Amino acid sequence: MGGHSNYQPKSAAEKWLHERLPIVELVKSSALDFPTPKNLNYWWTFGGILALMLVVQIITGIVLVMHYTPQAELAFNSVEHIMRDVNYGWLLRYMHANGASMFFIAVYIHIFRGMYYGSYKAPREVLWIIGVLIYLVMMATAFMGYVLPWGQMSFWGAKVITNLFSAIPFVGEAVTTWLWGGYAVDNPTLNRFFSLHYLLPFVLAGLVGLHIWALHVPGNNNPTGVSVKSGQDTVPFHPYYTMKDSFAIVVFLIFFGLFLFFSPNYLGHAINYQPADPLVTPAHIVPEWYYLPFYAILRAIPDKLGGVVAMFGSILILFALPWLDTSKVRSGTYRPLYKVFFWFFVLTCIALGYLGSKPPEGAYVWWSRFFTIYYFVHFLVILPLLGLLETPKPLPSSISDDVLAKKKPALPQGQAQPAE
Amino acid sequence: MKLLKTLAAASLVLLAVPAFAAEGQKDAKDISYSFEGPFGTFDKGQLQRGYKVYKEVCSACHAMHLLSFRNLSDHGGPGFTEEQVKALAATFTVKDGPGEDGEMFDRPGLPSDRFPSPFPNDQAAKNANGGALPPDLSLITKSRAGWYGTFNQLVNGIGGPEYVYSVLTGFEQPPPEIAKEAVEGKHYNPYFASGHWMGMAPPLTDGQVTFDDGAPDKVDDMARDVSAFLAWAAEPKMEERKSMGFATIIYLAIFAVLLYLVKQRVWAKVEH
Amino acid sequence: MSTAEHADPNRRDFLYIATGAAGAVGAALVAWPFIDQMNPDASVRALASIELDIAPIAEGQSITIKWRGNPVFVRHRTQKEIDDAKAVPVSDLPDPDARNANVKEGDPATDVNRVVDGKEKLLVMMGVCTHLGCVPLGQQGDYGGWFCPCHGSHYDTAGRIRKGPAPQNLPVPIYAYISDTKIRIG
Repeated sequence: MGGHSNYQPKSAAEKWLHERLPIVELVKSSALDFPTPKNLNYWWTFGGILALMLVVQIITGIVLVMHYTPQAELAFNSVEHIMRDVNYGWLLRYMHANGASMFFIAVYIHIFRGMYYGSYKAPREVLWIIGVLIYLVMMATAFMGYVLPWGQMSFWGAKVITNLFSAIPFVGEAVTTWLWGGYAVDNPTLNRFFSLHYLLPFVLAGLVGLHIWALHVPGNNNPTGVSVKSGQDTVPFHPYYTMKDSFAIVVFLIFFGLFLFFSPNYLGHAINYQPADPLVTPAHIVPEWYYLPFYAILRAIPDKLGGVVAMFGSILILFALPWLDTSKVRSGTYRPLYKVFFWFFVLTCIALGYLGSKPPEGAYVWWSRFFTIYYFVHFLVILPLLGLLETPKPLPSSISDDVLAKKKPALPQGQAQPAE
Repeated sequence: MKLLKTLAAASLVLLAVPAFAAEGQKDAKDISYSFEGPFGTFDKGQLQRGYKVYKEVCSACHAMHLLSFRNLSDHGGPGFTEEQVKALAATFTVKDGPGEDGEMFDRPGLPSDRFPSPFPNDQAAKNANGGALPPDLSLITKSRAGWYGTFNQLVNGIGGPEYVYSVLTGFEQPPPEIAKEAVEGKHYNPYFASGHWMGMAPPLTDGQVTFDDGAPDKVDDMARDVSAFLAWAAEPKMEERKSMGFATIIYLAIFAVLLYLVKQRVWAKVEH
Repeated sequence: MSTAEHADPNRRDFLYIATGAAGAVGAALVAWPFIDQMNPDASVRALASIELDIAPIAEGQSITIKWRGNPVFVRHRTQKEIDDAKAVPVSDLPDPDARNANVKEGDPATDVNRVVDGKEKLLVMMGVCTHLGCVPLGQQGDYGGWFCPCHGSHYDTAGRIRKGPAPQNLPVPIYAYISDTKIRIG
């Protein structure tokens, strides 16, 4: 991570610290001076947005735990106690609940950005794999968090999702019983989900650290996909991207705030304001919106084990993406066919999300099957073949050349004058 | 432009938000309330009337256990004075104890007490109501949707208060083909969320509650008032939330402009 | 960094300062809900006053009730106890302050200033030692008042510290007579 900094401790105190723990140099080289391609667009700001959202979720979560009671008889009322009595409790709880959705909106944009610009390709495979791990842990964390208010959808969501594991041959039933700590979702389940929901965000923070580490070895990808050739192509992270990211973060916070303050329950389910009742299933069990595409895949397969395998497979296949895409060209900008298929894929995910929210009957089932098949075809057939068949557009020789070419009507005073 | 595209894509992701309809539930009547929209606030007079309807009609069967009497004088609520709340809490009987003799005893309610439930437990409530449990009303307008659909709910809200209003005013003669399925002791109501047959008989009749401010007391008026009151009961911090939201968004907008200018200035010398 | 040279440094400085200030103000405002949430919540604050029927407390008897999570001593004092307390000059007291929320701050710790309305029979005060928070034992100690077993503080029959490490008299909470036989604390 070092090597980008020419840090020289100035005062005696800085020198003293530097000889014992060169932390100032580390921060300076990895967060301030880090050379970053100068052509990153706003899609690249979602990394910073995600880091902020993780912090928001951890801080609001820690504070909520000061008032929440993880006990089946008391959990629902303790959440309402937060909403009604705790000072600013309503704000903290709505922040946490809507923050989860915002987190997923940002992560999906971040993932699709990585797909469009080929950010998973060599030498960034490990970076991508850690990213997929982060996404998996996020899903587990969000799922267990949704159980904690112990409303109807919390309870039945927990029941349905944990029942997925009963599809495992031979040991399925034993596994679900073990997960539940009983013969149904009950207080022991709530307790362990609470424990894990508190633990996993810190695992996430650790993974994010690795993610950033793995980013700093090869450096950022960029919209051209062309590797950095010289200092001309980069700017130091600070102040260029600290300022750009800050601006994007505040714009994102406005978006967040509109939901938080003016429609805080829109992204949730009304039925979850009804306390859990183990004897009555709500008419429609629907997971939170961010799981819907996978839920659609689960229900598309008319076989219990098959559905579960397809659902987990649809996530696990992301791990193999760097090797399934055979094209040497990173950026979709220079891949005329891939660009089209990329948008097909985005539409497929949105369509699956829509279908996941619909009851599993009639045409919905057939459309779910169609899109499920296409989802896998995209990864297993289209991506490998495309790399062999497609003729990419000519790549710019460097990031700087590309920037110059796009700025044909040059600014009056404007010769390219990168920093440093 | 880049920013616009980013935002457009972000909103695209939102299209994937759930849309599902409960089976056969008729969409609630979309009446308008004073508390709708980003600047809407509760009508104190309406909440006070709604409280009276709850007290004189609903509270015979329906609990509201998440609310305390003191909430009635909270900022952003019905606006009773603390003296009024004391007096009105005292009209309820609250179980307390154990006293020095080890027995539970009854006493008049205090502002810090929760609203007492009409039945000692759910089973007693079911037994007294033909097997149907009268739901707790603390969160009824947040736990029921009046209509469904991703955009519908984004624009019109989830329609919880409208649901309550529609159910209260929605009892009618069943159409002939449904009348055949009539259930003994149940009442036809197409707005009801779980099936069309409801354990509750039409609870309101014209003129049943006399309002102190002389407001009209038809069933329709009472249903509006009590549904507004229950909307407040479910979301008592709504006014605080909206006003804080307004200030926050303005602050963020100004901060965003400043940061944009800083960012432009920082990048001014770099072709990118 | 290359941002240093610029045509109009004043305007640039102003923009940076305004943005930095806006960010700092925003951060401070955001911090408040996270701090305030640990303060007593609305349901706790609502229980901040209790009423007590004092008729059953016989002369010489003392009861302990709970108010805001702390013990409150309510003692129906005998005439002798009152006289004992009155006999001590304020100048002899380690803490000459009345510590009574119902009288003016800084009033002397005379016996009459330890109660309200001059009703000296009834002494109402927090049962929390001003040393480190233990609950003193009643009718004990060198002065017939209270004795804290944790670190040996002696209080007299007006709840004033007389001996030991405690720095202050036992504080008298806000209370008032609703009727002759009923008081409200808080």
